[in-house]
Amino acid sequence: MKTLFDKIWDAHVVSAVEGGPTQLYIDRHYCHEVTSPQAFNGLRERKLQVFRPEKTTCSPDHNIPTMNQDLPIQDPVSRKQVEELTRNAQEFGLTLFGLGHEKNGIIHVIGPENGLTQPGMTIVCGDSHTSTHGAFGAVAFGIGTSEVEMVLASQCILQPKPKKMRITIDGQLKKGVTAKDIALYVIAQMTTGGATGYFVEFAGEAIRALSMEERMTVCNLSIEMGARGGMIAPDETTFAYVKGREYAPKGEAWDKAVAQWKELKSDEGAVFDKEVRFDAADIEPRITYGTNPGMGMGIQECIPTLDQIDEAGKISFSKSLEYMGFEPGEKLIGKKIDYVFLGSCTNGRIEDFRAFARFVKGKKKAGHVTAWLVPGSWKVEKQIRAEGLDKILNEAGFELRQPGCSACLAMNEDKVPAGKYAVSTSNRNFEGRQGPGARTILAGPLVAAAAAITGEITDPRTFL
Amino acid sequence: MTDKFETLTSTCIPLPVENVDTDQIIPARFLKATTREGFGDNLFRDWRYDKEGNPIPGFVLNNPTYSGTVLVAGKNFGSGSSREHAAWAVAGYGFKVVVSSFFADIFKNNALNNCVLPVVVSETFLADLFAAIGKDPKMTVTVNLEKQTITNNANGATESFDINPYKKNCLLNGYDDIDYLLSQKDKIEAWENNRL
Repeated sequence: MKTLFDKIWDAHVVSAVEGGPTQLYIDRHYCHEVTSPQAFNGLRERKLQVFRPEKTTCSPDHNIPTMNQDLPIQDPVSRKQVEELTRNAQEFGLTLFGLGHEKNGIIHVIGPENGLTQPGMTIVCGDSHTSTHGAFGAVAFGIGTSEVEMVLASQCILQPKPKKMRITIDGQLKKGVTAKDIALYVIAQMTTGGATGYFVEFAGEAIRALSMEERMTVCNLSIEMGARGGMIAPDETTFAYVKGREYAPKGEAWDKAVAQWKELKSDEGAVFDKEVRFDAADIEPRITYGTNPGMGMGIQECIPTLDQIDEAGKISFSKSLEYMGFEPGEKLIGKKIDYVFLGSCTNGRIEDFRAFARFVKGKKKAGHVTAWLVPGSWKVEKQIRAEGLDKILNEAGFELRQPGCSACLAMNEDKVPAGKYAVSTSNRNFEGRQGPGARTILAGPLVAAAAAITGEITDPRTFL
Repeated sequence: MTDKFETLTSTCIPLPVENVDTDQIIPARFLKATTREGFGDNLFRDWRYDKEGNPIPGFVLNNPTYSGTVLVAGKNFGSGSSREHAAWAVAGYGFKVVVSSFFADIFKNNALNNCVLPVVVSETFLADLFAAIGKDPKMTVTVNLEKQTITNNANGATESFDINPYKKNCLLNGYDDIDYLLSQKDKIEAWENNRL
């Protein structure tokens, strides 16, 4: 009796290093401009080629502008990094969806949408949100640059085998509650380091009911409780999503693949190192109030008071609230905000834009709010236009920007100014994450839409 | 080949903050370099310097009372992004060891790949260590990788720490994982022939 994780991991073990980690074979490697240049330089220094170039796909995303992508990148240092990815892909014979390419976008958005991400795979990328691909029933996790070099050189990495945890969400979500709210709820319950050392399988009725894009949102955020990765057993929802995508198996190969993928589930009686259960009915639309994603609450709740925080955590808690400009015990409903960011590998897919557009349809953006709506890829952008969502957004006072990671980590110009409040659908509210001094409130697309319309923290259910 | 890790005795730099994430260790705007050098200058950038680039006097790296090659940090050090730049910044500043009661997984791997030793100690050992540094900034710790021990030389307390024997061997001898993987090419090809 094996867990889903064990089935995939064990099938990819090339060897076990004596007294050490596992040598794991990697099926798919995604590569972006920020965490790869030093790895390619390492190959050059060692006079190595890429061992299996067809298994690596490159796309610049972190460091690219979201306006005027047809013009040269203004920041010379950013430009150099993006150009270096192009040069490295060419020199080492790798597939590149470069700036301006119809398949360019955030690497965790384009992998699934082109069918590169498939059930049963091992997938890595020099980015912690690689956990996104676990939504397909893949073992997917983020790695460092030295490990990127290992994959390029040998298609393998050395990894200690993590422990296994299953998080089951029973029941059905209430109206106005999104996949993002599930994730933020679970992270707050588990705390920001609570799943460190574990690979998490998400299960239960509420998870089964999610679309593929919603599952990606949940798995994407598993790293925010410290988990090595998150995953969901593939089912008909998964197969329907993958079928027909460019890099997905076709014809007989498809039938064979689906037959294999149907075996990818935890056997009844399989043992996890830890099991946790939550009830979907307990989940409300959520926001964060602090400076890590575990510091979150239901939108109607109050920030904890100091006596609710354990002794060792008091310094960090106070430091965090001071940075955010909030008081212990404060309620945030009605709090004025300055920026709204819809996008990122967490919530930058077509369903997120549909939800946002449906909410703001016929309403007007609050005058003082700056809103950045950044599709996760050019395919998402094209779909937004095909469905006429851009017109709805425009009429409500919003404009679309061009795809990229954008204000999620503010490597490009999309920086929230110091002291300003941003309601963001992204994944991290760390100090300075969205720009030096920026104050991030993480939320789902509906809470973000409500905040954009009223200009303050608003329960989206008051409009539904 | 990388550097070798030698037994060391050093004073400590204390950072008693929990959940220090990699965005604090090295903010994203400094990730644009294409080499591994120079990140130490921006270690803890936004805690260390103000907007104009002037050192913030209250921050521990700007306090001449504290020095050394051992960083002592609150629990869950290195959470967040997988950026190895965080390990490069810690190493680049000159730290050889980070002591905490808990490390985030990816940071731990990244540190080991850059000859920075993450030493996990008990909550009590950590609390005592912070107290000892507070009392006497010149107190030292001794980290012995061969024996897998860390000693608080102020009170003589010693704890042993875990590290897998493979990684220990790599650090003691200056081997890296790529050397190892390249020696495994036959096995990798055999695996591919079997599976793919």
